[in-house]
Amino acid sequence: MVLAFVIHTVCPIGALSSGECRVLYSRVFGADEALFRGEQQQQQQRLDAGERRLLAAEKIAVVARQVQSAVSLRREASGRPPGETPPGEEALALQEADGGVLRLRDGDPFWREVSAFWLAVNSLALVLLCEPHENPMLAEATLRNLAGRCLDRLHMLAPGSEVTRKPEATLGASF
Amino acid sequence: MYSHGSESLIKQAREIQESELQKFYSRLTKLLQVKDHGHETVDSLERLRLILSATKYTRTLPPELQKRLLSLLSSPVEQLQVLSSAVLRETLPHPGQAENYGQDSNSQLNSHTAALLLSQAASRDDLSALCTQLLRSLECRSSEGSIHSLSHTLPVVNTILTYSPESLTEENITLLNKKLVDWLRYASTTQGCGASSGGFFTGSRSRQPLPIAELDGTVSGDFFTVLCVGQGFTEDQWMNVYAFSMLRHWLLTFHSVSGGAIADTANRLQLSLSLSHSFSNDDRSEVDGSVVSMVSATSTSSRLLPPKERLREKAFQYCQRLIEQCDRKAQRKIDTDLQKACLVEAVCILDCVCLEDASFVYRVFPCIKALFGRLSSDLSFARVLLPVAQFYLNHGEMAAVDCDSLWNLVFARFPAELFNDPYLAHELLRFLRLNLENVQLRVPQYIRHFPNLFKFLAWESPAVVDDFVDLLPSMVTSGNALELLHTLLDLPCLSATLVLQLRSMCLPISDSGGRGLPSMDAFRNPSFRALFLFLLRSEAGSGDTIDRLGTLLDLLSETANWPRVVQCAQTVPILLHIFFNTVITVADKTLLGQVILVMLERSSLLLNIPKYTTEVHRVFSRQLMRLCKLHPSLVIDQSHELLEFAGATPNVYSKQEIYTHVVLVLGNYLSVSYDSRCSVRLITSCFETLEAVLFEITSSSPPPGAGCPAPRVITSLISALAKLASRSHDLIPRVSLFLSKLRNVSRGGSVPWCDDEEDLVSIVTLGEELCALLKTPGVAQSVLNPPPHVTAPQWHQDTNVALPLQLRALTRITQAHTSHAKSQHTPTSPSPYTSK
Repeated sequence: MVLAFVIHTVCPIGALSSGECRVLYSRVFGADEALFRGEQQQQQQRLDAGERRLLAAEKIAVVARQVQSAVSLRREASGRPPGETPPGEEALALQEADGGVLRLRDGDPFWREVSAFWLAVNSLALVLLCEPHENPMLAEATLRNLAGRCLDRLHMLAPGSEVTRKPEATLGASF
Repeated sequence: MYSHGSESLIKQAREIQESELQKFYSRLTKLLQVKDHGHETVDSLERLRLILSATKYTRTLPPELQKRLLSLLSSPVEQLQVLSSAVLRETLPHPGQAENYGQDSNSQLNSHTAALLLSQAASRDDLSALCTQLLRSLECRSSEGSIHSLSHTLPVVNTILTYSPESLTEENITLLNKKLVDWLRYASTTQGCGASSGGFFTGSRSRQPLPIAELDGTVSGDFFTVLCVGQGFTEDQWMNVYAFSMLRHWLLTFHSVSGGAIADTANRLQLSLSLSHSFSNDDRSEVDGSVVSMVSATSTSSRLLPPKERLREKAFQYCQRLIEQCDRKAQRKIDTDLQKACLVEAVCILDCVCLEDASFVYRVFPCIKALFGRLSSDLSFARVLLPVAQFYLNHGEMAAVDCDSLWNLVFARFPAELFNDPYLAHELLRFLRLNLENVQLRVPQYIRHFPNLFKFLAWESPAVVDDFVDLLPSMVTSGNALELLHTLLDLPCLSATLVLQLRSMCLPISDSGGRGLPSMDAFRNPSFRALFLFLLRSEAGSGDTIDRLGTLLDLLSETANWPRVVQCAQTVPILLHIFFNTVITVADKTLLGQVILVMLERSSLLLNIPKYTTEVHRVFSRQLMRLCKLHPSLVIDQSHELLEFAGATPNVYSKQEIYTHVVLVLGNYLSVSYDSRCSVRLITSCFETLEAVLFEITSSSPPPGAGCPAPRVITSLISALAKLASRSHDLIPRVSLFLSKLRNVSRGGSVPWCDDEEDLVSIVTLGEELCALLKTPGVAQSVLNPPPHVTAPQWHQDTNVALPLQLRALTRITQAHTSHAKSQHTPTSPSPYTSK
């Protein structure tokens, strides 16, 4: 099952130190995994809903940083710096996008092991967090599909800010 | 792409003032009171979502607004459902809210409401309640034919399977089993019509519904599956798709162990987790046992199979049909990708089915074998063949099938030709991790082809090093330890070679223009071919390393700053540590001796990446000490080579770290107390070697280009000499003489072989202390050759020795108490703890 979908930056941001990134959109599916962990359940239920939400947001931030690190290492190794595809060339941007998958061990940061499928388009990355037994070809294809949709409808290649302003209206129904 | 606009929007949302926020809330509340919701409402909702999600700290909405948003959840406009669900997910629910909503039996759940309820579920009971409500609607629907869509049902069930499968009662499971069978096998085979405009003269009713089609355009002749196409889809066809998407997860979670009844929670969870992570022999035998009992239990019952068994049968038929459908040539490329994904899913489901009921193996295997035959020659299907490999691993023995061609494909061809596919790398390594025991036992190709597997690591180290940390211990055997060590040290070279190989395939042979890389020219040069081919070998066993390794390293020297090579080099030290941790457990003393020789030999044969050499030397030093501490007699065994290394003065400058440790082990372990073969002659020859080197480095300036030798080298040489002398007292006068000369020389002020005055003072002081110590040979012998129990203190186990610890602890406690007491009491009153 897909656990979350995240869009975050992979470019340097002035306001943040290097290595940090801005999560632009995150959607966690299902229930709060911290609550259903068996022996950890007792501990987690002592946190109230607000604290649990904070914890979940922190975990997403951790994932985003790991993916950013993976993206920059990949780009460094392949010698291809992130280009800026002009708006209108969505298909090209998608074709040239780097993709990969990260294994996040159990405990780091989620209780269970997850696989993070990522796709980096210019200065943004889209991440699909799945359970490890998820069909990887399907996950990869779904992510590409979602990325295509985001690029088109949110005009992500343009310098505007729709990805921050309006993702839910555009994407929410896809989920 | 990511602009200042976005950054400032987020900043604004975070820093919104409370008064402005309240104004916004009331404005939005007013907007929502109106019946019709236009563009402004949508925009405001989206803005509210941004404000709420921009900060990590959760806000609570005013109750009136919260109520309005809740009612929006059942709005006919989907966008409003989406937005209200999104907003509510970012806030705290008011107490009693969830219960209110849940009890409202008139309200039908839609997918966005269900999503909200899931995100707010705080316990297993909440999930159970949601589940009951859902399944009730499923049951009602079958009798009433309600118009509300069921499309949200299975995704919610899927979530419950992930987080809390015990929430499902036995009736629930039976109901779902039956429903899944219906949806999978008996969905309609005609196309759903598109949304009817409802006009009087559309004539859509007069048109016959078209049958569904296959991906290659032909009319479908069998039941509906995910690979059938049509202009529109009916409700039950959608449920067919959802059911298939969830099927594997369902089978994995409710894999039956004991017959019939649900086993206790802990067992089932444990089993479902272990199943999804490893299909080992143990689980299979449990399954086999249970299957026998189930068959005997049900054989006398009804003729119809029970729901679970029926589902298995239908799943088998569905997957079989899918595999047949994947043989058709799809008209669009995106459908070809879908076919591959469906193949993966189908094979995985068949594997699950066969694990539950072994009698399926005989029916399933021919299908899988035919699939393998069809796909094995096409590398673009490599990722599809991994689930096939899993199937073979689980059931190949039972079906008595020869799996060699499969394993040769997986281990010999895939890594060699597809090392740069990150997804294949991830999946293949995951397959190995999950089935490690089985693979080690039954697939000799795994260890035989380890050089091939390392190509994944050499190509994209950061992504896969984690997997190799898990896999490496299983690759180390006493037969391949040396070759493996060489391979690990050559990983950066392999990385460079793979880059050259790929570039060479892309660039034309006659790449003129004079911009040819020397390494590329070397790669294409026939006289160096064999060197590169050795690195690119796919099988182990043809030799530990090559004679002309030095040549190869020179040829590749310019690649030392390529990013891919540098990234690879960074992973080598940790893998070396893992290697050594494992090799200690599998190697005998002879092999460990050979390992030491490899370390000494390779310390100068490494690709010249700036930090790489230093790091590897550090690993070697540590491991050398560890091996010698474990087996001190290794020092005697390898004394010749160790002395040769220690006697080469250039090593002092180029390999300081290793040199220091070689001298240390010689000093510590070249002793009769560790090995009776240690003769006086050996000690003397060692002494003379070290003395010569020490004399050489302290009597002249360092050679041009090399800095001063590290003070630690000199002190370790001095200590080693003293230790050796304490074991063979004839040598004591020589040491004393040397050390006094050293003292005299250094009195003159600065010396060419030491920059720092403080270091010089330390060295000379050490010399003096040792000199003094050696004046009493008996004492020197026991001080400089401490027996093991002194060097390996057992503080907590030895009551004699633990006393210092006790005293120290007590002192600390009393001091803490005293300072605490002082801070509480007035200064004049005596503390109760300072007496006695």
